[in-house]
Amino acid sequence: MNTSQSLVYLIALPLAGAALLLLGGRRTDKWGHLLATALSASSFGVGLYQLSQMLGRSTEARPVSQKLFEWINVGTFNVDAGLLLDQLSICFVLLITGVGTLIHVYSISYMSHDHDRRRFFAFLNLFIAAMLLLVLGDSYLSLYVGWEGVGLASYLLIGFWNQKPAYATASKKAFVMNRVGDMGLSFAIMIAFATMGTVSFAGVAEQVENTSEAALTGMGIMLLIAAAGKSAQFPLQAWLGDAMAGPTPVSALIHAATMVTAGVYLITRSNFVFDAAPTAQLLVVIVGAITLMFGALIGTAKDDIKKALAASTMSQIGYMILAAGLGPVGYAFAIMHLLTHGFFKAGMFLGAGSVMHGMNDEVNMRKYGALRKFMPITFATFGLGYLAILGVPPFAGFYSKDMIIETAFNAGGVKGIILGSVTLLGAGITAFYMTRVMILTFTGTKRWDEDAHPHESPWLMWLPMAVLAIGSVTSGFLLSRGDALVNWLHPLFEHHEEHEHHLLEPIVVSGLALTMVAIGVAIAFVKYSRQEVANIAPENVSVFTKIARQDLMQDRFNEAVFMRPGQALTTTLGATDEAVIDGTVRGVGQLAMSSGSALRGLQNGFVRSYAALILVGAVALIAAIWVVVQ
Amino acid sequence: MDASNYLYISALLFTIGAVGVVVRRNAIVVFMCIELMLNAANLSFVTFSRINGDLNGQIMAFFTMVVAACEVVVGLAIIVTIYRSRRSASVDDASLLKR
Amino acid sequence: MLQLALEVGQTAKPEAVMFWILGPLAVVASLAMLLVKKAVHSAILMAFVMVILAIFYIAQDAAFLGIVQIVVYTGAVMMLFLFILMLVGVDSSDSLTETIRGLRPIAITAAVGFGGLMVSLLGQATIGRSAVGLSGANAEGNVQGIAKLLFSTYVWPFEVVSALLITAALGAMVLAHHQRTTTRPTQRQLSIDRFRGDSLGTAAGLPGPGVYARHNAVDVPALLPDGTPAAASINASLEARGDMLDYKKFELSEINTKVEEEK
Repeated sequence: MNTSQSLVYLIALPLAGAALLLLGGRRTDKWGHLLATALSASSFGVGLYQLSQMLGRSTEARPVSQKLFEWINVGTFNVDAGLLLDQLSICFVLLITGVGTLIHVYSISYMSHDHDRRRFFAFLNLFIAAMLLLVLGDSYLSLYVGWEGVGLASYLLIGFWNQKPAYATASKKAFVMNRVGDMGLSFAIMIAFATMGTVSFAGVAEQVENTSEAALTGMGIMLLIAAAGKSAQFPLQAWLGDAMAGPTPVSALIHAATMVTAGVYLITRSNFVFDAAPTAQLLVVIVGAITLMFGALIGTAKDDIKKALAASTMSQIGYMILAAGLGPVGYAFAIMHLLTHGFFKAGMFLGAGSVMHGMNDEVNMRKYGALRKFMPITFATFGLGYLAILGVPPFAGFYSKDMIIETAFNAGGVKGIILGSVTLLGAGITAFYMTRVMILTFTGTKRWDEDAHPHESPWLMWLPMAVLAIGSVTSGFLLSRGDALVNWLHPLFEHHEEHEHHLLEPIVVSGLALTMVAIGVAIAFVKYSRQEVANIAPENVSVFTKIARQDLMQDRFNEAVFMRPGQALTTTLGATDEAVIDGTVRGVGQLAMSSGSALRGLQNGFVRSYAALILVGAVALIAAIWVVVQ
Repeated sequence: MDASNYLYISALLFTIGAVGVVVRRNAIVVFMCIELMLNAANLSFVTFSRINGDLNGQIMAFFTMVVAACEVVVGLAIIVTIYRSRRSASVDDASLLKR
Repeated sequence: MLQLALEVGQTAKPEAVMFWILGPLAVVASLAMLLVKKAVHSAILMAFVMVILAIFYIAQDAAFLGIVQIVVYTGAVMMLFLFILMLVGVDSSDSLTETIRGLRPIAITAAVGFGGLMVSLLGQATIGRSAVGLSGANAEGNVQGIAKLLFSTYVWPFEVVSALLITAALGAMVLAHHQRTTTRPTQRQLSIDRFRGDSLGTAAGLPGPGVYARHNAVDVPALLPDGTPAAASINASLEARGDMLDYKKFELSEINTKVEEEK
């Protein structure tokens, strides 16, 4: 495998930015954001250079690696801190640094009124560095470091405005729920170490043949839990909605385009594990399918524009996870959807941020309306993203989502029919709730608060939106032209020969999908455009809507099933510890103390009383001798 | 005369010395009582020597005397030091090592 | 005297007479040692007991130990005791009231028990045994016999004991040594202090005792020109020992100073 000495700069540049901005303190306030943006952009530059190098090599020679230092060397267990850039990582590197740089640019303007802008940029750079480490690490352990790093950055950025208790709580919730997933990842690493004796991707891939299916299934399930935690998949999905407490650029970068897709990366990176463990793979598909519907249903009821988009993100990642669970045929489509989604969802989040910027940080869509005239650029970019997520040809979503639906149908048998139906239905619901967002925000009547003066955002904000919109339009076409991405990623995945048994012809699938989309759009149009929309959410709604508004009871479920029994358990354990264990320990101490203080009375400090005691002791001794002698 | 009479008187003197150590407060008197006890023990040694017809007992008494002399020297120095700092030779006054 | 004592020791009856005179005397003297108030009296009684013990040693064919007892104990050790007594306060007498509650009954009960048990055990241990006597062991002379043992069998303990003696001497020196924490003031410094001090009252030296007073003993304070007694004229160690007379009664106001005119 080729080595490249410049891989480390990908990570080092943004990391240096974070360090400089955090350690530099206030004296970097004036130019810190520019430095951070420049470093992120230069990291993107390095990524582009690597891509050009990679394109110049033959397929086999494309992956490059760099050994940084010997990290752990214990007996036969060796882990080098190394970086690996292959066809899969480069996609992520370019997505992270590219979208990341655009969002840096956006944030310069968006955060210009925040007195803590420097800290925000430091955290953004920290996130970029950690995320790059996550996708560049050549072993599960290196990945784990990046995995924790993005968790930390996510925590810091969700709670960026931690002066508001609700936001601080949201960041804590995200962190704690992520920990559950992190435990899964650490267990997976432990299983790999225990059964295979190695934790590097290459090593594990080699050892898969010699490992029992049970161990692989366990590892796969643990990896799935890790992916579910980071990617907000069922059953660890509850944190994503609250994570919208962070500034909107954070939502766009971390909670739409990059970090939440780390789960998809983990599953595709571990393809050799899942291919050898069908049970785990089936679970991946199930989790993806459930989350897909879960997110879509929540999205239909949310009035908060960011939470609606977050629900949509959850649902779209459900698509990706589902595709990744379909095996070698699905990995490439999962990645393709991930990339296109990165463009259009980040663009829409930035659009939402732009709308909030013009509406005094109002997030309730029921207080928007008729903004099209006031924010034409935002409307245009948001609209292009909207068309992309709907899957309308020739926008990006059409190519990636259609592929997933088609692959789902082709999974074979009942499974294929169920998965296909779910993905189709999801596409329809997606169309419904996204249309609802569009109508409520940009058309209809003004339902603004009195002091709202909507205006178009400055060029620093709309420029990134425009770039992302271009991506939303073209990326799907470019990536799928001549199966570009599929062929690009092809060498990484074990390939089964194509058994061309299509349940439905591709054109039929596309037709069905577009029909579903049309139905969804039509329902939304009838429901929200034809009728007057109340600027306060109506109370007399169906039970279904009520439940959906409460995120399908996810928090209540967690509270009832995990939190309350957990609290009870810890309270009991605490009380037991206090009474039994501490009680015993304290009892022993108490006994020693009380007997000590009783004996202490003898220590009156008078030598003569001690002498008297010695005399008494001597008498007792002689008396004993006397008794023996008698 | 029965040599064991010396042993009885030795036991009596020893007991009187022990009582003196406990009841007297003046450190010097206490010290003298300790000397009395040592002397009583010496008397026993000498008497045992006579009873057994062996000079080893007298050697023991000799060593006891030497050790007692050392003890007196150091003990009196300690008493002087205590007196110098506390202006008192009472053993009850030096009762700081208490609860 | 020594010859007499030795001769008394050789024969049974004179020894018994000596024992029954000196034995009770030793017990009474040691008991008195506990009961007298003044430490000096205790020391005298102690010396008396030691002399009696020396006689007992000689009577029991231990002439060497008897002499050593008198020379080392009564001579050196008791002198040391008396010396320290003088240093600490020869006249101070102890109160014999017990301050620690319950100590005295315990001590006496324990002592009676101790003595009784010892006597009882000794009685059992010595029943039916007659003394071998040292005439065989002392054939070459008592001193020669002891020397033979001391420099053969007991030579190692003997050397160890010599080390102990040196250590004890060093220890006593260390304990008695008084560490100066400041440099010794020079005569020049003392002179400067005397004249540059707060008052010139002592510039010409402290008043001597007894000046203008009715007695000129060292424990009588001098009288100042206004008739008040000068406490500074008394040696501080006398004061510390409590031997100073109450100087109040030497104040002029207490004394009838009226001079009756001679006719």
